[in-house]
Amino acid sequence: METYTIIVLLLAATIRVATPLLLAALAGLFSERAGVIDLGLEGKMLGAAFAAAAVSAVTGSVWLGLGAAIATGVALALVIGFACITHRGNQVVAGMAVTIVVSGLAPSLALAWFGLGGQTPQLTNAAQRFTALPWPGAEAARAMPFPGLMYAELLAGHNGVVYLAAALVPLSAWVLYRTRFGLRLRAVGENPHAVESAGIPVNGLRYRALLISGVLCGVAGAYLSTAANAGFVRDMTVGKGYLALAALIFGKWRPVPTLWACLLFAFTDAAAARMQGVALPLAGVVPVQFILALPYILTVLLLAGFVGRATPPKALGVPYTTEK
Amino acid sequence: MSAPAKLPRWADLVLLPAVSLAAALLLSAGLVAVMGESPVTALRLLFAGAFGTGDAIGYTLYYATNFIFTGLAVAVAYHAGLFNIGAEGQAYIGGLGVGLVCLAGGSWPAWVVLPLAVAAGAGFGAAWAFIPAWLQARRGSHVVITTIMFNFIAAALMTYLLVNVLIKPGQQSPESREFGANAVLPAVHGLLAKLGFEVAASPLNLAFGIALAAGGLVWVLLWRTRWGYRLRVAGANPAAAVYAGINPGRITIGAMLLSGALAGGLGLNELAGSQHRILLDFPGGAGFVGIAVALMGRNHPVGICAAAVLFGALYQGGSQLSFDLPRINRDLVVVIQGLVILFCGAMENVWRGPLAALLARLRVESRESRGESQK
Repeated sequence: METYTIIVLLLAATIRVATPLLLAALAGLFSERAGVIDLGLEGKMLGAAFAAAAVSAVTGSVWLGLGAAIATGVALALVIGFACITHRGNQVVAGMAVTIVVSGLAPSLALAWFGLGGQTPQLTNAAQRFTALPWPGAEAARAMPFPGLMYAELLAGHNGVVYLAAALVPLSAWVLYRTRFGLRLRAVGENPHAVESAGIPVNGLRYRALLISGVLCGVAGAYLSTAANAGFVRDMTVGKGYLALAALIFGKWRPVPTLWACLLFAFTDAAAARMQGVALPLAGVVPVQFILALPYILTVLLLAGFVGRATPPKALGVPYTTEK
Repeated sequence: MSAPAKLPRWADLVLLPAVSLAAALLLSAGLVAVMGESPVTALRLLFAGAFGTGDAIGYTLYYATNFIFTGLAVAVAYHAGLFNIGAEGQAYIGGLGVGLVCLAGGSWPAWVVLPLAVAAGAGFGAAWAFIPAWLQARRGSHVVITTIMFNFIAAALMTYLLVNVLIKPGQQSPESREFGANAVLPAVHGLLAKLGFEVAASPLNLAFGIALAAGGLVWVLLWRTRWGYRLRVAGANPAAAVYAGINPGRITIGAMLLSGALAGGLGLNELAGSQHRILLDFPGGAGFVGIAVALMGRNHPVGICAAAVLFGALYQGGSQLSFDLPRINRDLVVVIQGLVILFCGAMENVWRGPLAALLARLRVESRESRGESQK
């Protein structure tokens, strides 16, 4: 294959990998900007992926699956909220706990309900999955390499969730920086006492942030099991929730830089698949494992202040005690 | 809402974890019922699978060994005010240290290679914990996030080493060659046979004793030395610690080094004790079980050993359960583990208030029944 085609296909793969990452990272962005550490991203996404695949398999409707995924994400977010906001529990522990519970619960329920050893049935029907939207002339354009192939692979050829995720970036930025809700949300993550002094309930805002996080994780999970794959398999998030957290930190808790971080991490993932045994100029053969670990290494370097500086919201992780 | 209610010490140490555990088990029982099996049968099978026979007890204690090491690792960091989520990765790299010594020293005398393996496991685990510790102490990056990242980096590193470097030539699966006969920790049933006791064969090995000794060592270090006192002060109140002349950065690094070294003990039990070669993903999530064990055991070595046996029983009994009940698999144990973390670690304030109120009422009632007046 010629280089041009390889690059276009690599970028198309990057977009597909980046979508759930971006949705989860935006989910984390909302809850962390409100001061709640979101280590439950992985668990919420995994639970949603199972719910989407299970409901879609049983009902035959991907939309009902999406609804179940969002409901699952929200329910898990409420568990974290109840533990951490209402009862001021440790947020890191709550997020870990939810993730571990779901990683055991999803395959358990899958086995009990479908008897397929921890998976859901394959989603074979087109109505059970999110499939690529038909764009005008995409198939015809594929024949013409430039710019037809780019149009067919990069702009067209994705399912609706991909476009939704892309649209959510400017939307999130607008909500955070241009609405009253966004201003209060950011304030609650920086200085909750000031927010309460202004007569705004801190915990109510944090609950709303967690709800948004639950919805977005729901969509991310539904994407994994009903768009990127045809069904749920055990541990199908494979650390994407933590990678999203890394992307969120790499994007310094801001929507647009987080998008770039997600694309960068997704690119390393897509590239790793293609780089197996390929010798690069100067570097030689780079081990796949090194490329896969690169996002985590970069995030650690960033956190350490060796490449830029990431400053978390000031009140991140601090439970708020309402003043009397 | 007011600050969390105060509980008497015994209630804080025993009653609260017991209530949390009961809640977790009750929820799991409900889950078993939802999955179409009888919770009573499941509990009976679980118990029989964990303690019913000699080899079952051996397996239970063998799993418990891993959880003692990782539970202690989490607890030591916790006392210094740090949350070490990286026990999984530290155990993985610690195991690399154990494995390298055992591979190199297969022909050396056992009394040389085995202590070296212990030291290498602790050293490699500590080294893997050192980087996040140093980054937190000197660069201010949060140890929770960096240890998560280091788990993934450790996994990538180990996959690379096993696939490309350590793999036994002419073999498909990424595993090293077997350790030499001298580089293997003796099994407990073998040791007891020499003393004339006949017990069933199991992978339970000398690492269990080392884990118990590590628990004792942690107790002495934390509660009977000046360093341990400093560590606990720094964990309880970093600002006060600075005024008392304690350097929190040095405490952070010291605590994480000890934490990583303890996690490395898992590699000793798994590789030198049971598998006798290096293989992929041998920690198998035990680093995260350590969080549950530490929370449940109240971060005290005695509590941790008890909680580790409990989780060892869940793991061993759980695999038995999945044999006998077709609708249940081992993942159920992971659910229980997660629920214990949730209830003991994140939601204990939920019970704390009502429990404190209940205890206070009971005390008043008993006083009244004895005819004493209330002060």
